[in-house]
Amino acid sequence: MEVKIKVNHKNITDNIPADLLLIDFLRKHGFYSVKRGCDTANCGLCTVLIADEPVLSCAVLTARANGSHITTLEGMQKEAEVFGSFMADEGAEQCGFCSPGFIMSVLAMEKEFEKKGITNPSEDQINKYLSGNLCRCTGYMSHTRAIMKYLKRAGGLK
Amino acid sequence: MKIVNTSINKMDSKSLVTGKPVYTDDIAPTNALIVKLLRSPHAHALIKSINKTNAMKVPGIECILTWEDLEQNRFTTAGQSFPEPSPQDRQILDRRLRCVGDPVAIVAGSDEKSVLRAISLIKVEYDVLEPILDFRKAKDNEILIHPEENWEALCQVGADNKKNLCAHEVFEYGDIEGELKACEIVIDEIYHTKANSQTMMEPFCTYTHLDTYGRLSIVSSTQVPFHVRRIAAKALGLPKSQIRVVKPRIGGGFGAKQSVVSELFPAAVTMATGKPAKMIFTRKESFTNGSPRHEMEIHVKLGANMEGDIKAIYMYTLSNAGAYGDHGPTTVGLVGHKSMAIYNHANAYKFDYDVVYTNNPWGGAYRGYGATQGFFALESAINELAVKLNMDPIELRRKNLVQVGEKMTAYYGETLESCALTECIEKAKEMTDWDHKYPCRDMGNDKIRAIGMAVAMQGSGISNLDIASAELKLNDEGFYTLMLGSADMGTGCDTILAQMAAECLECQVDKIIVHGVDTDISPYDTGSYASSTTYITGNAVIKTCETFIEKMIQESAKILHCDNDDLEFDGTRIYQRNGEKQITIKELGNASYLGGHNCISASESFYSPVSPPPFMAGIVEIELDKTTGQVDIIDFAAVVDCGTPINPNLARIQTEGGIAQGIGMALFEDVLYDKEGRMMTDSFMQYKIPSRLDVGKIRVEFESSYEPTGPFGAKSIGEIVINTPAPALASAIYNASKVKLTELPMTSEKILLGMLENEKQDKHDFTGGW
Ligand code: FES
Ligand code: FES
Repeated sequence: MEVKIKVNHKNITDNIPADLLLIDFLRKHGFYSVKRGCDTANCGLCTVLIADEPVLSCAVLTARANGSHITTLEGMQKEAEVFGSFMADEGAEQCGFCSPGFIMSVLAMEKEFEKKGITNPSEDQINKYLSGNLCRCTGYMSHTRAIMKYLKRAGGLK
Repeated sequence: MKIVNTSINKMDSKSLVTGKPVYTDDIAPTNALIVKLLRSPHAHALIKSINKTNAMKVPGIECILTWEDLEQNRFTTAGQSFPEPSPQDRQILDRRLRCVGDPVAIVAGSDEKSVLRAISLIKVEYDVLEPILDFRKAKDNEILIHPEENWEALCQVGADNKKNLCAHEVFEYGDIEGELKACEIVIDEIYHTKANSQTMMEPFCTYTHLDTYGRLSIVSSTQVPFHVRRIAAKALGLPKSQIRVVKPRIGGGFGAKQSVVSELFPAAVTMATGKPAKMIFTRKESFTNGSPRHEMEIHVKLGANMEGDIKAIYMYTLSNAGAYGDHGPTTVGLVGHKSMAIYNHANAYKFDYDVVYTNNPWGGAYRGYGATQGFFALESAINELAVKLNMDPIELRRKNLVQVGEKMTAYYGETLESCALTECIEKAKEMTDWDHKYPCRDMGNDKIRAIGMAVAMQGSGISNLDIASAELKLNDEGFYTLMLGSADMGTGCDTILAQMAAECLECQVDKIIVHGVDTDISPYDTGSYASSTTYITGNAVIKTCETFIEKMIQESAKILHCDNDDLEFDGTRIYQRNGEKQITIKELGNASYLGGHNCISASESFYSPVSPPPFMAGIVEIELDKTTGQVDIIDFAAVVDCGTPINPNLARIQTEGGIAQGIGMALFEDVLYDKEGRMMTDSFMQYKIPSRLDVGKIRVEFESSYEPTGPFGAKSIGEIVINTPAPALASAIYNASKVKLTELPMTSEKILLGMLENEKQDKHDFTGGW
C-alpha cells in the first residue's frame, strides 16, 4: 500500500507491505538514530514523535502513521546537542545505544512539563515519565543529574 | 597530572548523543543478505535428515547451509588467548543439538520475510534424545553431551567429555579439615546463583563481505576483534591472513560480546555466496542463545574463633557450563581465588570445583566473571558469621581483611601493593550513617528499613597472559594518531587511553586521534575483558609514548645538529636545554614528511606478571514491606579503590551501572526454563532488568590508592562494581525480615514465604543483625 509520511519535515511517499512496522520504515529510509533493543515494546530505544507525542515506533504500524508528521533525532539535532552536552558532561552516554530514544523522551518530557506548568519537577516525576526508557550501562543516576542541570539551565523550565 | 584524573567528555560523545549511524547495523550495506537461523526446538537431539527443497524455492532465498555444507573441525567461541582453556567443542553447525535454539540451518535471502518463510519450510527429522537439564545430575551421567571423537581440551583444566566435565580442579593450602574441626564456629551453607543475561541494549550483530582483495571482512559488535579473526579462521577453514575484523561503536557488551556469537553465520553465507550478509540477533535470540552468566552452586564452609578471627575457608563450586564450554574453565576460578583472597589471614584454604556440561544454553563471560557469584556466597557467609558472633559485620571484616604488603595465599601468591579498602569501608559507613541504622528500624506502617554491606575485589587484566600494544604516529601539522587494539564498548576506553597519551605528550586530548579496531591495521590487543584495558592497554600506551618521545628527540637532534642528550620535550617543542636551538612539534611533523627525514612512529606492547586488585565497599539501605515482601532500595553507597581514577566521571558511571546490574541480579533477574529446557524468560516482558524506578539512589565515591605497577597509579574498574549488591542486599533483607536467602534472585515471593515460615517456627526472639 502507498503511504505518505512526513519525516523531519520531508515528505516521503512509499509503497509498503501492510505489516511494516514504523521502526523498520524509518530505518529503511536512513533514520538510523531509531534503534531496536527489543521486540516487545519494553525498552524505549525506538522512541520517535508522532505529531509531537512520543511513541514506540516498534509498536506502531507504518500504515497507521500515514499522513502524519514524524520526528526522529535526526530532526532535532540542535536540541539533541544542547541536552546531549549535559549528558556528555556527566558521561551519561556510555555505549550511547539507548541515547537517541532516551533523548527523544527527555525532550518530549520537557515540553509536556512546560505545557502542564510543572516548573520544578521532582526526580520522582522525571523517573516516572522516563521509566519506559531502559539503559543497561549507566545505572540511570547520571541521566537524572544531566536532566536536572539541563532543566535548570538558562532558558530552561520556568 | 593535568589530563589524567580529570573528567573530560568522551571523544565520541557528540555522535552518540545526536544519533549518528555508527553502530554495526547502521553501517551495514543495504544490499546485504539477511541471515537467520533455523534453531533447534529440542534440548537434546540428533538431526536425522534435513530437506531444504521447498525452502529453496522461496523467491529471494540465496542459500541454505546445513551441517553437511560446512567445515567440521571443532573450535571454541570463547574469545580468549590461544590456546584457549575452553574446550574445542563446537562446529558452526553440528548434527548433534545440545540445547534449545542450537542452530540447525543457516538461511540467507534478500529480505527478512522470505527468510522466515523459507525457515518454516525446511523439514527436519530429529532423533530426540533425553536431555540433562539439572546441572546437579550432569557429572558422570550416562547421557553424554559431547561424545564426539574430535572434542578436545587444549589446556590442562581437568576437562573430560566422557564425564560431562568441562573443567575440574582442586586448590588446597594448609590443613583445611583440621582447621575447620578446631574452629569454635563454622558457617556451612550452600548458595545458588542463576544464569543472568547481560542484555546489553544492542543485540549481537555482524555483517560480512568480501573486500577488494577477495578477503573476508567481518564487521561486528565485538569486544575481541583479534580473537574473532583467529576463531573465524579455524571455524571456516580459512587462513587468518584472509580475514579482517572491524569493530565499529558497540552498544554495550558486559562480556557477552567476548564470545563469537553472531559472527560465523553471515561469514559462512558470504563465503558460500560471495555476497555481503548481515545477521542481527533478535532480543529473544540474544536471551536464548547469547552467553549468560554461569549458573553456580557454591558450598561454603567458613571457620572462625569466638573473637572473629577467620581460620579456614572452603568453597566447592559446581558450575553449569550448559551445552558448550565457553569460558567454563576460567570463570569458575574467580569464584574462589578472588573472594577468598580478601580474607587473607586464614591458616587454610580449599577451593575445588566441577564445571559440567548440560543441555541448557551455554554460559559465557559476564562482568565479574565468577567473582560475582563467589562474593555472593562468601560475603553472605561472612555476614552470617557476624550474626552468629553478635559482632558488627564491619568490625568482623576489619579484623580479617588483607593488608598492603601481604602475600595473598589464595590469589596466586601475589603481593598486595595498593589497597584502600579499609578507607572505602569507613567512608561508606559515614555516607550511610551505619552506626545509627544497623541493623534495622521499624518504620511503623508495616515497613522496615534495614542496612547491609559487603566488600569485594577483582583483578586488573590476566597476569602473564593478556598483552596489549599501542602505536603512535606523528602527523604533519604536529598532531598525533593513537592506534589501539582494545575495543571500546561504550566504557570510554578510547578516551581514557587518549588521556593517558595526552598526559605523556603534554598536550590536549584533541591533538590525538584515536582509531577504532581494525585487525588489518590496529596493533594487537587481546581485547576488552578481564578488567584489562585501563591497566594493560594503559601501560602499553605509556610505554609507547616514552619510546615515541625519544624518537622525536632523536629526529630533532638530527635536524638541529645537536646531541640527543641536550634536548628536551615540553609538549609543544623540542628545545636545547642550555642553548637556543628549538623545533616545534608542528615543524618536526612537517619536516618528517619530507625526504631527508624520517616519519616518526612508535609501538610498544605490555603484559603484566601481576593483576593488581581494585577494591570496593558497598552498603545498601532498603525498605521492606512486611505484608508483601517487596524490597525498595533507598540508598546504595559505594566506595571504590581503583587506584587513580583516570577519568572520574567515566569511572563513576561504570560504578553506577555495575551496581544497577548487580541490583537486578540480586532482586529480580531470573532465567527460567520449562520442563523441556525452553527458556521462559526470553524477553524484557519476563526477564526484568532494572528501570530507573528500581535502583533507588546510587551514590559513588572513590578512595584513591596508588598502584605502583599501574598507569599513573591506576587499577581497573570495569568488573568489581557488580560484586557487592547481591550479598549486601541479602544481608539487608535478613536484617529486615530475618529471612536468610541463599538463592538469587531474592524476589518478594521468596522473602514473604520466608517470613511466613519464620512465623510458623516462631523465631520472634531473634536479636542482632546479619
Ligand atoms: S525496540 Fe524496544 S520498545 Fe521499541
Ligand atoms: S548507555 Fe548503553 S544502554 Fe544506555
